Amino acid sequence: MEFEDEVVEEMERELEEMRECYRSGRTREASWRKSQLKGLLQLLREREEEIFRALHQDLGKHPAEAYRDEIGSLIKSLNYALDGLKRWMSGKKAKLPRIALLTSAEIVPEPLGLVLVISSWNFPIGLSLEPLIGALAAGNAVVLKPSELAPECSSLLANAIPCYLDDKAVKVVQGGPGVGEQLLHQKWDKIFFTGSVRIGRRVLAAAAEHLTPVTLELGGKCPAVVDTLSSSFDRKVAAQRVLGGKFSFAAGQVCIGVDYVLVDKKFSSTLVETMKVVMKKMFGENPRESRSVARIVNKHHFIRLQNLLLDPMVKSSIVYGGSMDEDNLFIEPTILMDPPLQAAIMTDEIFGPLLPIVTLNKIEDSIKFINSRPKPLAVYVFTKDESLRRSVVSKTSSGSVVSNDVVVQYLADTLPFGGIGESGMGRCHGKFSFDAFSHQKAVMRRSFLVDFWFRFPPWNDHKLQLFRSSYRYDYLGIVLTVLGLKKTDRVSKSVQTSN
Amino acid sequence: MKSLSSINLSQDFSGLGGICRAIRTFVYCPPSRANPSPISLTHSSLRVSRCSTSLLSVTMEEAKKQALDAEKAALLVKELRKSFNSGRTKSYEWRAAQLQSISKMIDERAKDIIQALQLDLSKPELEAFVSEISMTKSSCQKALKDLKHWMAPEKVKTPITTYPSSAEIVSEPFGVVLIISTWNYPFLLSLDPVIGAIAAGNAIVLKPSEIAPATSSLLARLLGEYVDGSTIRVVEGAVPETSALLDQKWDKIFYTGSTRVGYIVMAAAAKHLTPIVLELGGKCPAIVDSNIDLEVAARRMIAGKWVCNNGQACIAIDYIVTTKSFAPKLVDALRLALEEFFGKNPLESQDMSRIVNLYHFRRLAKLLDEDGTSDKIVLGGQRDENNLRMAPTILLDVPEDSTIMQEEIFGPLLPILTVDDIQDSFHMINSKPKPLAAYIFSNDDGLQKQFVQNISAGGMLINDTVLHLTIPTLPFGGVGESGMGAYHGKFSFDAFSHKKGVLYRGFKGDTAARYPPYTPEKQRLMKALIRGDIIGIILALLGWSKE
Repeated sequence: MEFEDEVVEEMERELEEMRECYRSGRTREASWRKSQLKGLLQLLREREEEIFRALHQDLGKHPAEAYRDEIGSLIKSLNYALDGLKRWMSGKKAKLPRIALLTSAEIVPEPLGLVLVISSWNFPIGLSLEPLIGALAAGNAVVLKPSELAPECSSLLANAIPCYLDDKAVKVVQGGPGVGEQLLHQKWDKIFFTGSVRIGRRVLAAAAEHLTPVTLELGGKCPAVVDTLSSSFDRKVAAQRVLGGKFSFAAGQVCIGVDYVLVDKKFSSTLVETMKVVMKKMFGENPRESRSVARIVNKHHFIRLQNLLLDPMVKSSIVYGGSMDEDNLFIEPTILMDPPLQAAIMTDEIFGPLLPIVTLNKIEDSIKFINSRPKPLAVYVFTKDESLRRSVVSKTSSGSVVSNDVVVQYLADTLPFGGIGESGMGRCHGKFSFDAFSHQKAVMRRSFLVDFWFRFPPWNDHKLQLFRSSYRYDYLGIVLTVLGLKKTDRVSKSVQTSN
Repeated sequence: MKSLSSINLSQDFSGLGGICRAIRTFVYCPPSRANPSPISLTHSSLRVSRCSTSLLSVTMEEAKKQALDAEKAALLVKELRKSFNSGRTKSYEWRAAQLQSISKMIDERAKDIIQALQLDLSKPELEAFVSEISMTKSSCQKALKDLKHWMAPEKVKTPITTYPSSAEIVSEPFGVVLIISTWNYPFLLSLDPVIGAIAAGNAIVLKPSEIAPATSSLLARLLGEYVDGSTIRVVEGAVPETSALLDQKWDKIFYTGSTRVGYIVMAAAAKHLTPIVLELGGKCPAIVDSNIDLEVAARRMIAGKWVCNNGQACIAIDYIVTTKSFAPKLVDALRLALEEFFGKNPLESQDMSRIVNLYHFRRLAKLLDEDGTSDKIVLGGQRDENNLRMAPTILLDVPEDSTIMQEEIFGPLLPILTVDDIQDSFHMINSKPKPLAAYIFSNDDGLQKQFVQNISAGGMLINDTVLHLTIPTLPFGGVGESGMGAYHGKFSFDAFSHKKGVLYRGFKGDTAARYPPYTPEKQRLMKALIRGDIIGIILALLGWSKE
């Protein structure tokens, strides 16, 4: 216990030093921000092999997947931030009505202060550094707490970051739930959390103790609506993208991966046949040997996924795959057809390589199906029918919508990435990340030269008339009233008499 | 919600003592004509002459009866969710019609509104007209004018990685939202967020403040009459009703009020993962340099303090920092202008609001009477407890650890602190929580620049006060202890909208590199694609590598 107190004291002392560093103004400088972003770029370039290794050890990720989802996408984000930094940092002029003579106004982004980034284990590098880019670009001091469930990546970040970034203003704190809890007790100016709904709630409750604004990047069951596609080419592309979006991103352990597929009953068998062909091509006869499927992160999650299949009704709905290897924490990419809707596999977020296909009487019913469940982080729709596409966009609610593809929205810096309802709050990526870590300060400047005498008491009807005109931006009215040519309003008289 | 009840009861009902006012008890009534819903909370009025101990117990009992209302609150939300799910609030026509009705309501009922504000706060008619009616009306007009533009999806560029594709950001309503407003600008601060929520297409419950009862009941009546009752509701009430509402699951909560209750609202929101906007307050400083046009500046300071509901405003000047040598001149200028505005006997002036209730009157009196503070009064200090009137009061050099310098004043008391060098004021301000607004009066460009750079505040205004909140192109909102989130103009629309990223792709333009099995060639192509490196892509496709 005493030891723990010491640890907490040490943490508090370090945080105070970081706050002091922030107050010195160093992190606000454009040059500082730029040097930090460049430091991250250098880290990714010089430590690429180490990162590949750590991701393989933690999750069995293939380097190609690691590069596509983590290193490469981070490099892209860093370049985008470096490119936009100057523009993002500069104040934006705000338009003013003409009545505000000799006045100027702008919106100046300012850093929030000392911020906390808590990331998750499924993309342990990407989801740690992506928010860090935004926090640094916005000029904050940052504490990063990577997930202890990806220990190799966590320790890699802890060792590498101090070598490339300003260690007075950026720190990595490693540890499990105990450390996370201690961190959450501190006062932050912003908390950015990526992870599960359960811990998200805990983060928000802790933030409420200090009125700290929070961004929560959570998950949910992301559906893919697949319309009846008549051309075999389209079918193949759709199957490839759905299956790729499910199994080739950390073996389905991804918040924007496809959770389940919705399809017209009459089209379902055709779709499954196409999928089987594509599966064979992607992962071969023996997926375990292919090295193209990541493994399950740990025993706990392996057993959780195993339990999803325990229900005999669920087990009997398997139409492809289903084999498991507990020693290697490997689960074969698995497709299920119409598992019971009340089974855990259809009520909980799956977060693993199991793909249920749910059949509907007509594809339009998918809107109702999606709306009767918590709002997901993403909705995918594969169709050539413009009206179906439009109703998915306008009638369902989700973090994002992608038509005819999956997961690629993660790479679009110009689109806000973030959930709604149970899938999270706040948004990130590109300029949105910068904004998530900035306060938009309204700044207005006035001169002493113009002063409307009618702004001040004692009040009379004449002044009332002038206010009426000025709020309507009725310039002629103002002139007439000032010249005494316009009749003044009688409201005040009537109120006074009625009293 | 225990903490909420214990905090507020005393202040909510203590105002009754001084001024024989109508208080209302909230009872559940059978469906009425005006409000056909079976679960609407209506009220009956009970006139009470003076506060007595029995009154408080009666009120407590009423409160207990109401505490059962969680069930009705749940029903209310359920009903609104059903209306929202029908999709009617999403159409442009619905939004525009509601906004038009509110605009019409303001025009037709201006007299009633002014009267309610008179009853609640003795707000001078012109002040009521300017700061509540006109502001609400112009906010409504702005929303109507720009609504189509706000609602249109915003096209954005897409990266080469996802080529060929197109993308847009679609604004969608959150769903069923709760707006809790406050008593100092009870009309504006209720309807301004409602306007944003309507523009964004949400179903709405508004809970006006029970501390401004006349305006609260007027809002309930008027909105029932003018807007769509199946999607926009007013729930009147005090702590038990608020607690019952906060227990429900909302898609967004917008709260205006004190920092203390802000904590409670956020804790309640956390249980349901509800995003929130908190419009709180704080001690808004004004730095006064010595190189200014003092006559104009003094007028503007008064406009930013006593003309703002007698200092009971979240963006009113809380304290002034100036140099030792300039302070006497500043006090003289303020004295002169104050007399011009409010006459020789400000307690009699009809041009200034009164203190809202006895609780707040006594709170302010206590600030003033504290040892070490009471002898620092250089102007004013007169008060009339029976009429809840308090004169503009200026204090010079109160100790920094006095209560008046620790808490938000929210009333007509203005401490002036002095420093040797005006630069020292930055440190003084930064040692306190971040305020909602910060002001500076100075002609020194360098100092202005430092002020913007070194001081963090919700918003800032140079050489004037309060005006920044009338500008719809500026976001209005706090930072740190002064709140989170912003509104006004398009920012209101955004505060009540989820920004959905939508990406459209065709079936063509697929690269095998995206899919397993992974080969070294695919890895090279992917690297090039992600870097947006055209030459690299061509080389990789041709099977060559740059390395």
